[in-house]
Amino acid sequence: MTTDTLPADTETVETAAPARPHYRVIGTRPVRPDGVEKVVGRALYGADIYLPGTLYGKVVRSPHAHARIRAIDVSRAAALPGVKAIATAADLPLVEDKILVTGEGSVNQRYQSMNTLARDKVLYHGHAVAAVAAVSPHIAEEAVALIEVDYEVLPAVIDVRDAMAAGAPVLHDDLRTAEEGRKLDGPTNVAEHLRYQRGDLARGFAEADVIVEREFVTATVHQGYIEPHATTVLANADGQITIWCSTQGAFAVREQTADILQTPISRIRVIPTEIGGGFGGKLTVYLEPIAALLSRKSGYRPVKMAMSRAEVFAATGPTSASVIRVKLGATRDGRITAAQAELIYAAGAFPGSPVGAGAGVIFNCYRIPNLQIDGYDVLTNQPRAGAYRAPGGTNAAFASETVIDEVCERIGMDPIEFRLRNGVREGDYRATGPVYARIGLRETLEAARRHPHYTAPLGGPNRGRGVASGYWGNWDGTSSASATVNPDGAVSLSEGSPDIGGSRASMAMILAETLGIDVTDVHPRIVDTDSVGYNDVTGGSRTTHGTGWAVYDLGKKLIAAMSQRAAHLWEVEPEAITFADGVFSCGDHALSFKELAGRLGEAGGPVMVSTTMETTGAGPGFATHLVDVEVDPETGKVTILRYTAVQDAGTAIHPSYVEGQMQGGVAQGIGWALNEEYVYDQAGRLVNASYLDYRIPTALDLPMIDTVIVEAPNPGHPLGVRGVGETPIVPPAAAVANAIYHATGIRMTTLPMSPPRLLEAILAKES
Amino acid sequence: MQAFDYVRAASVEDAVARLAASGGQAYVLSGGTDLIVQLREGRRSARVVVDVKGLPEFGDLSYDPDMGLLIGAATPCWRIAADAAIASAFPGLVEAISLIGGVQIQGRASIGGNLCNASPAADSIPALIVHAAVCEIAGPSGRRSLPVEEFCIAPGRTALQPGELLVRVFVPPPAQHSGAAYLRFIPRNEMDIAVVGAGAAVTLDSHGERFVAARIALGAVAPTPLYVAEAGAALAGQPVSPDTIAEAARLAREAARPIDDLRGTAAQRRHLSGVLVRRALERAVERARAR
Repeated sequence: MTTDTLPADTETVETAAPARPHYRVIGTRPVRPDGVEKVVGRALYGADIYLPGTLYGKVVRSPHAHARIRAIDVSRAAALPGVKAIATAADLPLVEDKILVTGEGSVNQRYQSMNTLARDKVLYHGHAVAAVAAVSPHIAEEAVALIEVDYEVLPAVIDVRDAMAAGAPVLHDDLRTAEEGRKLDGPTNVAEHLRYQRGDLARGFAEADVIVEREFVTATVHQGYIEPHATTVLANADGQITIWCSTQGAFAVREQTADILQTPISRIRVIPTEIGGGFGGKLTVYLEPIAALLSRKSGYRPVKMAMSRAEVFAATGPTSASVIRVKLGATRDGRITAAQAELIYAAGAFPGSPVGAGAGVIFNCYRIPNLQIDGYDVLTNQPRAGAYRAPGGTNAAFASETVIDEVCERIGMDPIEFRLRNGVREGDYRATGPVYARIGLRETLEAARRHPHYTAPLGGPNRGRGVASGYWGNWDGTSSASATVNPDGAVSLSEGSPDIGGSRASMAMILAETLGIDVTDVHPRIVDTDSVGYNDVTGGSRTTHGTGWAVYDLGKKLIAAMSQRAAHLWEVEPEAITFADGVFSCGDHALSFKELAGRLGEAGGPVMVSTTMETTGAGPGFATHLVDVEVDPETGKVTILRYTAVQDAGTAIHPSYVEGQMQGGVAQGIGWALNEEYVYDQAGRLVNASYLDYRIPTALDLPMIDTVIVEAPNPGHPLGVRGVGETPIVPPAAAVANAIYHATGIRMTTLPMSPPRLLEAILAKES
Repeated sequence: MQAFDYVRAASVEDAVARLAASGGQAYVLSGGTDLIVQLREGRRSARVVVDVKGLPEFGDLSYDPDMGLLIGAATPCWRIAADAAIASAFPGLVEAISLIGGVQIQGRASIGGNLCNASPAADSIPALIVHAAVCEIAGPSGRRSLPVEEFCIAPGRTALQPGELLVRVFVPPPAQHSGAAYLRFIPRNEMDIAVVGAGAAVTLDSHGERFVAARIALGAVAPTPLYVAEAGAALAGQPVSPDTIAEAARLAREAARPIDDLRGTAAQRRHLSGVLVRRALERAVERARAR
């Protein structure tokens, strides 16, 4: 979700050739089509659906981090008046291994089933064990307290280093480490070991004049969306299931629910509501299959479920804690000769941490002739890691970008100059393999160096400035859309990408641009899974690229269809019709799109077109951030004084929403850098499952975040679009750490860099 | 949330009678900013909730430069902070109560509730302690008074006996050449509970160069808000100087008995006790000299 703000001190930097085409709508800042209903409070979110006869579902959750379930006794709860259904894992069918790609990683549906309701063991504090539906939420709550679960408590493991150690409690007896295409022997918590290699590491380090090697530790953090997960599900006696929910992907909810319930996918219809933030956390299902079970078992009554904030923290995907080691060698003239990294990411209770994505982020900004990256996906007694905005990227960049800052200091080179000397450009290999097409890293570095922020005086003691760059690969994926032309000339656009960042506005703009009509004459709507072709999730920064491309294609098809109608009207061949600047013409005949729309009745009838595309060519996003901080040396508290984010958007369709994404990513990155962390007790129980004690930044903790949009068009997209949502969360933790170093002389290697940690480091340095 | 009975008390005597009859399963409701949340989250359970907001004495707010300040236990914080004469006479108290929640919470929250919730980290209590405030308590055997530093006895527990409730808080008028301050440390700039809170009140001589008296209190470093009498006593008669202030801060740091918890570490709290007491004393001196 984007928090739109007043226009920042924004500058749009047009880069060198090829020149950007002249756009009429793209690049302007129209009011968003969903704005009014959100401002007046009419927009319907996940918890706003009320059907006659609705029951309220609540979940029984594990009080232990790791335990065997000996028995579940539901008799007392079942006897409570008003209780209509109770579900446990015994009601779920067994699910075979099936890997589902979500766009921000992948999930095994067998594990999804085990996560939905614990079968034999609970694997984390908060793991769902049973659920109740009752005529009121209060009765459901009382019934939850009456369900007795007999646990055999097992030792728990939270830290990845402990989880990898010999003799560690093992979460899944059948798990074997996947390594280079084979499975290793023996029970383990290490689900996967991956490796990227290039060149000769030893020779590369031998050529270096300076080598910096550091170990970093980062905490578990949550996406922190404001709207908790919520759904209403109605199962019918004929096998149909209708799901209303707040999600980033209605089709993903449909497929996951179908797999978990082993129900035909076409019998499920998912109606996405408005979504109050997702950031990757609403790509997978938690409540929907449970509510469907309860609906069936209650005699097909609608069941509404909404998580409390504590449940959101305890049981929905946070992103991985990690331990990362980085070693980097460079020559005195600022050339990277070799780099090595080891990334250990906590997956939580089931395999699937974003360690692969982290391995991509860690060195992908730079040309590195000799490198090795090892990644480990490690299970811990925590909720299964979910995707979170550039999953795995912020912690990876925290490690590599602070090591680069240290190398720059050691060789006495300006950090932007160093990055320009080593930064990737078109034709370079990524550390993780493929060759880059046109990219904009260097443009962001140059714009940052030119920005007045970079040379402004710091203006006081205990202040420092930090620089960091960041990469995100972005995703393309499959999108579908359809459109009908109304008699008044307006176009109704149906699409299937839930709008978490203003995408409806961008889609309307792309269609308006293509058709030569006003943006206010496009009415975009996010529709249900029976009403539009398949759409991948809103994730991987893919929507403006993938759905935008589908909508662009839809516009071309609409023009072709409308040209046919014009040909019919003027009794000419369709090929004789030309379309330019929103006007269909042939000889002396000319009609605007709107005029022609009004005459479709006499021109061969209504027009409706649809499209479905497997898009390609996602352009990687790059950013360079500048930040000034002040550190109170007596308390360890960091104040962010000034922040400037520079990012390549390819083509910014709606610049306000590009800026909103940049500012939102920075805000979350600052939270991750300074205060956000899951706190556990000795038994592995989460103790800070509230916004009081899980400290995301408030409005008073952030300065205005200035943005600079750079446009290096993506050659893989017809409009040059690159995804912009995730890249801006990658640099902030590193940028803030570098600024803290320049303010205090202390290199922080642990996230968050919270007051007690920084104070401890300051006092240690003083003594 | 479990069902409970709601009663609007008709009088102080009525409230006392209902509390006394409840067998310890009744709670007093004024603003409800702590109580309702705790009931909803299952952290407290009540059979009956007795609402005292409507009782005249509980909404009292009066200040007289000779008589002092009288605050009803249910008087919302915003009324106290919005009163210019009170803000001018008790800037340290007003800066403490202004920290309690945002605008909506300020409209409901009361210092009576803050006292009765008895959080070790309550912001208003160290400020009330340094002002030598006194609690007026009603109970089955009439009224009694208790110094505010004796009101909290453990986390979430007060000196109130069965059937008793807090009616008003009395704050003596500020002496000439006096000033006070309350500071807290939180990791963010809002929406947090004090990692450490520190209140200081000083009375200086007419030249503003020597301490006549001082009171110092800490929050969030012990099971209850902590009155550090020895730190204030050490300043009496001493010149105002960085050394004397540092010594008082050292004594406060020594008095702190902090623990590690999710909001901070013991070492951090001990260190911050000294830093915040020093800063609060400096601000209180500044205010005393400006008066």
